[in-house]
This record gives sequence, C-alpha cells and structure tokens, in this order.
Amino acid sequence: MSDMAATRDGYGQALLEMAGDEKVVVLEADLGKSTKSVLFRKEHPERTISCGIGEQNMMLIGAGLASSGYKPFASTFAIFTERAFEQVRNGIARPNLAVHICGSHGGTHTGTDGSSAQSIEDLAIYRTLPNMTVMHPSDYLSALSLTKQCLGLSGPSYMRTARNKTIKLYSDETEITIGKANILRQGGAVAIIACGVLVGESLDAAEALAAEGIEAMVVDMHTLKPLDNDAINQAVGSCGCLVTAEDHSVIGGLGGAVAEYICANQPVPLEMVGVKDRFGESAQSDEMLEMMGLTSKHIVAAARRAILRKGNN
Amino acid sequence: MAEDSSISELEAIASRCRGEILRMTHRASAGHPGGSLSETDILVALYTTKIRVDPANPKWPDRDRFILSKGHASPGMYAILEEQGFISKEDLESYRVMGGTCQGHVDMKWTPGVDFSAGSLGMGLSYGIGCALAARFDGSERNAYVMLGDGEIQEGSVWEAAMAAAHHELGNLKVFVDCNRIQNDDFVEKQMRMFDIAAKWKSFGWAVREIDGHNMQEILDALDWFDGVGNMPAVIVANTVKGKGVSFMENNPAFHGAAPNDEQLGQGLAELGLIQ
Repeated sequence: MSDMAATRDGYGQALLEMAGDEKVVVLEADLGKSTKSVLFRKEHPERTISCGIGEQNMMLIGAGLASSGYKPFASTFAIFTERAFEQVRNGIARPNLAVHICGSHGGTHTGTDGSSAQSIEDLAIYRTLPNMTVMHPSDYLSALSLTKQCLGLSGPSYMRTARNKTIKLYSDETEITIGKANILRQGGAVAIIACGVLVGESLDAAEALAAEGIEAMVVDMHTLKPLDNDAINQAVGSCGCLVTAEDHSVIGGLGGAVAEYICANQPVPLEMVGVKDRFGESAQSDEMLEMMGLTSKHIVAAARRAILRKGNN
Repeated sequence: MAEDSSISELEAIASRCRGEILRMTHRASAGHPGGSLSETDILVALYTTKIRVDPANPKWPDRDRFILSKGHASPGMYAILEEQGFISKEDLESYRVMGGTCQGHVDMKWTPGVDFSAGSLGMGLSYGIGCALAARFDGSERNAYVMLGDGEIQEGSVWEAAMAAAHHELGNLKVFVDCNRIQNDDFVEKQMRMFDIAAKWKSFGWAVREIDGHNMQEILDALDWFDGVGNMPAVIVANTVKGKGVSFMENNPAFHGAAPNDEQLGQGLAELGLIQ
C-alpha cells in the first residue's frame, strides 16, 4: 500500500479481521460501499444486515442485537448518525449496550459533497453521552487498530472516519490504545494536540516551526472520550501552552474537551484551530481546509499566538 | 377455545393488575393509568399462557423477549411482572420513587423481567428486530414480542422498522398495537388521523389480525394465530378502550397521564370489584 490511505479503509479492513468472532455483525444503511463495511459484506453476507436508508432503525437493531450477546458494528456517514442521535442516546448509551457506531465522511475534509455532508458537530454531540467512547483516528492503521479494540469495550462507541486519503503515520509496531494519546513529536515551546486529518497538518506545522527554532510537541488525541488527561498534563508541563487542531467545530469538540480539562486543572494559554461556528460548501479537501483555517499554516500561526500569550502571563 | 373457568381466571388476574395500576399511580401522584389499563388484558393473556420466560431466571438467554415500546404504560407491565413473580409488592410501591425498582418508564437496567429501556416512543420495534435477528443467528425458536400504541406509530421510525422486519422475513417478531384511540394531548383522531391501521401494516408486508383487545378469548386465539404465520412478521391490531375498567377513566384523555386522587382510587377499586 502507498503512504496514503483513508481511515474508512482501516475501518473496513478491521471488520474483516474481526470476522473470526462469530458474534460480530455488521449493519448498513445503504452506504456500505462508502463506509467500507462492504468489505465485510462481500465475505460474510449472512452476518451483514441491510437497514435500507433508515439510520434510526439501524441504531436500535444494533441495540437489540447487543442485548442478545452480539457485537454490532453500524456505519453510515457521520452526518446521518446524527439523525439517529436520540436513538443512540436513549436506546444505546442509556442502557450501556455495546453498539459500535462508525460515522464516515466526517468533517469539511469530505469535500465536494458540500455542507450537507460535512459533519462538524458529531464528536461534540457524542461526547456528551454518558457511557460513550468517542474516537477520531488520524490514519489507516490507527483506524484499523482502534476499531478492533472496540471488541474489548463493555459499552458503546462512536468513531469518526474520513472519506479522503491521508498520510500513514503509524507502522504495524506502533502501540495504539483506546484512551491513550500518541505523542508523535517531542518539544518544549508549544504542544499541538490534534485529531483526525489535522494530525498530519500538525506534524507539518511542527516542521515549519522547527525551521524557526521553535520545538513543538505533537499529540494525536485519537480518543476524545475518555480524554487522556495524563497526556494533557505532560503537554502542559513540558510546554506551558497548547494548540488544539481538529476538522470539527471548535464548540464542543477536541478544543472544547481540552479546554474543559485545563480550566479545571492547570490553566494555560490555549488556541483552538477548528471550524469557527460556520458551515462549509462544495470544494476540494485542501480547499476546504484552507477556507476553514485548518492548514498547517494556520496551526503555525496559532502556535505563535499561544507562545506569545504564555510569555505575557 | 379455552375453558370458561380459565377465561374467568385470566379476567380475575387482569382485575388485580388494574387495581395495582390505580394504586401505583395514586401513590406516586403521577404516571400513566389510561394506556396501562388498555394494554392489561393482552399482557395478562401473553404472560400467563404464551411467553417463555422464567421469573426465577429473568436473564435466561433463550427467553422470549417482551418489549413495551409504549414505555410510559409501565404500571401495566409492573403489575403483570408482580403477578408472575419477577418483582414484589414492595417493588410496586417503589414506582417513581428515588432508587426504586419501578422507574417511571420501563427500564431494563432497573427491573427484572424488563427487556428494553423505553420512554421515548417509536423505538421498541427496531430493538425487537435486533432481538429477533439474534434469535435467528442463534438458531433459536425464541420470539420477540413488542407492544406499540396507536399514537406511538405516528413516529416515522416505526415504519422504517416495519419495512425492515418484513424485508428480513422475521416470523419470530410478534407485535401488538394497543389502539386505545387516545394520545397525550387528545384523541388520535384529532392529533393525527391514522386511517386504516391494519391496512398500513398489511401493505408493509405483515400478517395482520384485528381483535377486540379486551375479549380474552379473542386475545388467546390471536396469540395462537401468531405461531402459524410462517416467515412474515405478524401484528395484532387490538381495539381497546383507554382507561378500561374504570368508568371515569374510560375514553377520557385526561387520564393518559394523570393519577387518581383518593376518592377516585376508592371508586376505581370498587368498580373493579377489589373492595366493597
């Protein structure tokens, strides 16, 4: 495989690799070709349940299966999982049933389908649900690994994957664990805490900062809930200021999660790179990131602001 | 045809359940007596003659499932669970009380014998599909029974589920629609006309049988009919009376979600033949 791959492909591959567990069942809502659950369906049609274009029904079929000892993995576009939010809230999270939801095509990075398809709020809304694990992997292998680890969860999960290919950041040897952030680069001037497609942008930003003599730590916070507080403590301790970076609204997402934690524990300057309370439009992925202020260049600028504020404290 | 004596026995159980519904809602000064009273005869027939469950082992994996999708009608469910020995009289006293076994809406995490955490309408049928599919995957003969309300089926997701159950040929999914003709604010006819409910289900690919939901013999016959429909999901459209058995509650929208006061409790229990 090339150096580029989509996290949704990691999800599909994980389903295949879990198929040896006969309790694993896959639910689709007419987007299996897009979310990549089609990989499982081709091999195991008898354990793949078509729910038609009916996300609300799909979520609760998953709940019924989970209550009967099965391990359902339900996927659709991130934006369409939101249509079934109350089903997820009342029928899955409240009784703590281990239904694993994958929302693909998340974020503005999904591109030319336009704003109706660009979920910018999914991570925020699922983060509010008790019992829910919330993940947004940054690359193919982390998506694959985190999906497979869902089998070890006793409650439900939501994972956002992305439509478009991004650079592969991890190797087979990397340890990736739900709830434990991966520190991809050490630095003492500023810590960039990112998730999903903006992890790669953050690494580029760190390179650019290094060229100016500014050493940035880069953290892949692939799990937004439970948040890895130890990793945040380490980032605060080493750097004294933070930048968060996400292809998601700055309201309630990774930035919000980090802000909630540091405000209550160790307040330091925090700059949030994310979607600034607006909807997107049809454009290529790179054009969307530029329009929304989510590129490495924007992360560099945010890092400079954070460092400046630290100096003023 | 059941023996007359067994019919009268079931009717006696139903009266006792109705009395507990009044007592629970009176004690809590809250709750939903109307839709509990309308579903009672069906619950009594199902639990005493048909459903395969074990009060001593409520989590028995191969039990039939019962999903009260109209989960606000929980007093009706708690009353039959107490009759069956899943919960105690003391548990009934905990209805809507902090820490109590009997939550305001049925909740699988709180009450032995409850298979679904309801409270938000339109969810139970989808959940029942999941239970029915799991039974099929397990190679089990067990059934998933689901109770819906006629107001509840205004929720669009019910019809997503109706489509899916027929598509997947879930003959082990057995549904009741408690057509008591009243919903929260007013009569169904005024809130959102449902037209021919039986025809709707039929057109979605279901086996349909329409009954008088208070005629014990008709209910028993319909429960047996469930078992012969083959690979189709089946629905019993039960014409019922909201508040059945208590004169001032019958067909009275005010008692969808209002408890009887002291005087009304006494009158209701007397009408049910439970006190002099």
